[in-house]
Amino acid sequence: MDGQRLKFYLPREPFEITELIPWVLGIAVFFLLPEYLALAARILIFIILVLSLDLIVGYAGVVSLGHGVFFGVGAYAAGIASVSLAIHDPLIQMLIAAACAGLLGLLSGAVVLRGRGLTLIMLTLAVASLVHEAANRATQLTGGADGLTGVVIGPLLGLFRFDMFGKTAYVYSLVVLFMVWLLLRTLCRSPFGASLIGIHQNTMRMHAIGTPVQRQLLFTYTLAAAIAGIAGALLTQTSSFVGLNTLGFELSGEILVMLILGGVGRLYGAFVGPVVFLVAQDYLAKQFPENWYLGIGVLLIVVILYARGGILGLFDLLVKKGVKA
Amino acid sequence: MTATLETIGLYRTFGALVVADHIDFRLEKGARHALIGPNGAGKTTFINLLTGRLRPSAGQVLLNGVDITFDRPAARVKAGIGRTFQINALFNDLTVLDNVCLSIAERTGASRLMLKPAYRHGEIVDEAMALLYALHIHDVCDRFVSDLPYGKQRLVEIAIALGLRPSVLLLDEPAAGVPSHESHVIFDVLEEFPKDISILFIEHDMDLVFRFAERITVLAGGATLVEGTPDEIRENQIVRDVYLGESHG
Amino acid sequence: MLEIINVMFHGAAFGMVLYVITVGLSITMGLMRFANLAHGIFAMVGGYALIVLMGRYGVPYPVALGLAFVASCLMGYVLERLLYARFYGDSELAQVLISIGLIFVAIALVRIAFGPQSQRVDLPPYLQGQWHIFGLDWIAYRVFIIVVGALLILALWFGIERTRWGAKVRAAVDNRAMAQSIGIDTSHIFSLTFMLGSGLAGLGGALGVELLAVQPGYPFEFLVIFLMVVALGGIGSLRGTFFAALLIGLTDTACKYWIPELGSFLLYGLVIVFLGLRPGGLFGAQT
Repeated sequence: MDGQRLKFYLPREPFEITELIPWVLGIAVFFLLPEYLALAARILIFIILVLSLDLIVGYAGVVSLGHGVFFGVGAYAAGIASVSLAIHDPLIQMLIAAACAGLLGLLSGAVVLRGRGLTLIMLTLAVASLVHEAANRATQLTGGADGLTGVVIGPLLGLFRFDMFGKTAYVYSLVVLFMVWLLLRTLCRSPFGASLIGIHQNTMRMHAIGTPVQRQLLFTYTLAAAIAGIAGALLTQTSSFVGLNTLGFELSGEILVMLILGGVGRLYGAFVGPVVFLVAQDYLAKQFPENWYLGIGVLLIVVILYARGGILGLFDLLVKKGVKA
Repeated sequence: MTATLETIGLYRTFGALVVADHIDFRLEKGARHALIGPNGAGKTTFINLLTGRLRPSAGQVLLNGVDITFDRPAARVKAGIGRTFQINALFNDLTVLDNVCLSIAERTGASRLMLKPAYRHGEIVDEAMALLYALHIHDVCDRFVSDLPYGKQRLVEIAIALGLRPSVLLLDEPAAGVPSHESHVIFDVLEEFPKDISILFIEHDMDLVFRFAERITVLAGGATLVEGTPDEIRENQIVRDVYLGESHG
Repeated sequence: MLEIINVMFHGAAFGMVLYVITVGLSITMGLMRFANLAHGIFAMVGGYALIVLMGRYGVPYPVALGLAFVASCLMGYVLERLLYARFYGDSELAQVLISIGLIFVAIALVRIAFGPQSQRVDLPPYLQGQWHIFGLDWIAYRVFIIVVGALLILALWFGIERTRWGAKVRAAVDNRAMAQSIGIDTSHIFSLTFMLGSGLAGLGGALGVELLAVQPGYPFEFLVIFLMVVALGGIGSLRGTFFAALLIGLTDTACKYWIPELGSFLLYGLVIVFLGLRPGGLFGAQT
């Protein structure tokens, strides 16, 4: 997972045809699997969240176990905007969510990023626990352990009501995903993206060439937080409910698993991971809840031991072998 | 005349150990200055004090007459001090080109840019390639650093430092770890450097030192033992007894 | 006044349990530089071992404590040889993920074997009720914890400062490369130390069954507080871990008693602020 062999400055094709695959599939699902749009929208939301995680873990190399907190903050911000502030326009809610999550990212990042190794991991956990505890206690605002109900989502752009088949929700999520993806793809291919990888691979060297490492990491952390907040808002908007589990540690752990499963540090892993994980969870977890957890644990261990590049990494290996043959 | 890089009474301790013992040092403009001494003499520590990785307990560091004693490493880099490390500090999973482009982009400020893809920044790539040509490693520009032989990696290490367009170059054992039949390549390359770069290098191989240095400082126990031209050092009895007899090759 | 003493007493007991559990983590972190988030698993195993031994097999309490220690030692040794040893020097992300994978597996296995509820154990009669010391009544169980904790600290201090094993550990923590080059078999030291650390965690988990509820979610639920103790104390510092454990134990108890609406909120906030200012912790190296 640190062996991500990316190339930045060598000439290359601006696009590869394979990059169209996710979007073709995304559109196909809308027409071919209308009964599954709720699950599909959830997958899209998690892809956005895992993309933001890949930015911070895969690219910048900051191991965060509390990234889910930004998701939860975004979700609650959107919900509270509706319930307490009577703001029902989904785009404004999303803006508020991104701003709140981003602000938390900026403030917590300024502290958290001063640590390294275990201390940093612990601080990300502590921040997440802090917010979780706060949300748990502030029952007036958040509904406490019961969650926030009564969230009203107005029509998108004043035109598209959120129907009960999930059609609006799905298209909305797909469009947001596209824009987030475009943003991150551009960022990660730019000289800034290259310097992030530099910080990841050899922080000392980056210091020695004069890079303002802290500043760049803080910017990236804040951006990732804001994007996670956007995903959170989407979840609230597509389910009209916010629960404490959006702030829980399980979520932060699960998205990490999704990322590794898909392949870390290559953006497209964030597409593959959630699809595989959530589809499997939808089917298996209901049937065998205990064994699901066991299976995930074992799978994780196996992946780290033998297939660190995740599914995309395995795919790369197969392609290489195919080319040699 | 103001020296390019100067230290006055540079002093640093680690607990009870004195690693820099009131060192007075001058690096003149365009110098080819060698820093030699037995292991543990404090040579790398001295470089770390010059670059700001270490803070002195007392004393001053001056760059072109300006006091930089408390400047952070990033500021000193911007002011024109570049260094290489004794053990390669490279981006092992990036290409040689990317390694060098990272430092050039940092210097020009392009590393803050987020819109255009990196490869479309022609000015950075061109400058990097020119540097790679000058160091004769242009043929491996698209290879990943971890796939290269150690000698070539060492040249990439130097290229990264040069990408910063330093006016002062601090080389910590540039030929270290390179098989002796290849190490001359590194000094061939150094000989071609423009005269306005001032170079201070730590080196153990005396052949290389006498071939390349115009001035030599001998450090021992954190203090300057003796300083002078290569001939003076060669003639110096203390140095001959302590040092030259054993460290040939 | 009595209230304050009471809170301090409870806080100290809690701190002791935290210390016994986390001291192993701090040492192995300092020694092997391995981010072992799964450390709580060993504490959990200790707790369950105690409960099973006493509840199902009627083993007397002191023996059960000892066996809990042994069980966790064994488990630690096996896991270290089979799994952990492969990841020394590996990337931090890999270490974190392997730990998380282990936690998932442990939680699932425990839930399947014992069910999701918290387990209870009946303390032996001589530890129930209160003891009368210095004219005041103290809850016997907590006095016991503090005494055992203090004895363990002394034993540990002795072990680290006065034995050859301890000297090797200290050398390897300070400078691993140097230690290896003078012939210290670091891999052997790692196994031994990891085993000991896991055993202590198990003992701590068994000691603290009434303080840290034994249930499947244990490793996740108390992960933050374990990590806080280690990070606050300074990784690899025995002394630091002790003071941090005590501090956190006291603070958490005090907060929960006097400001229950805030709960652990204040504790997290204080630790975050402190570590933000001093990332190395109380006794750790400052960057």
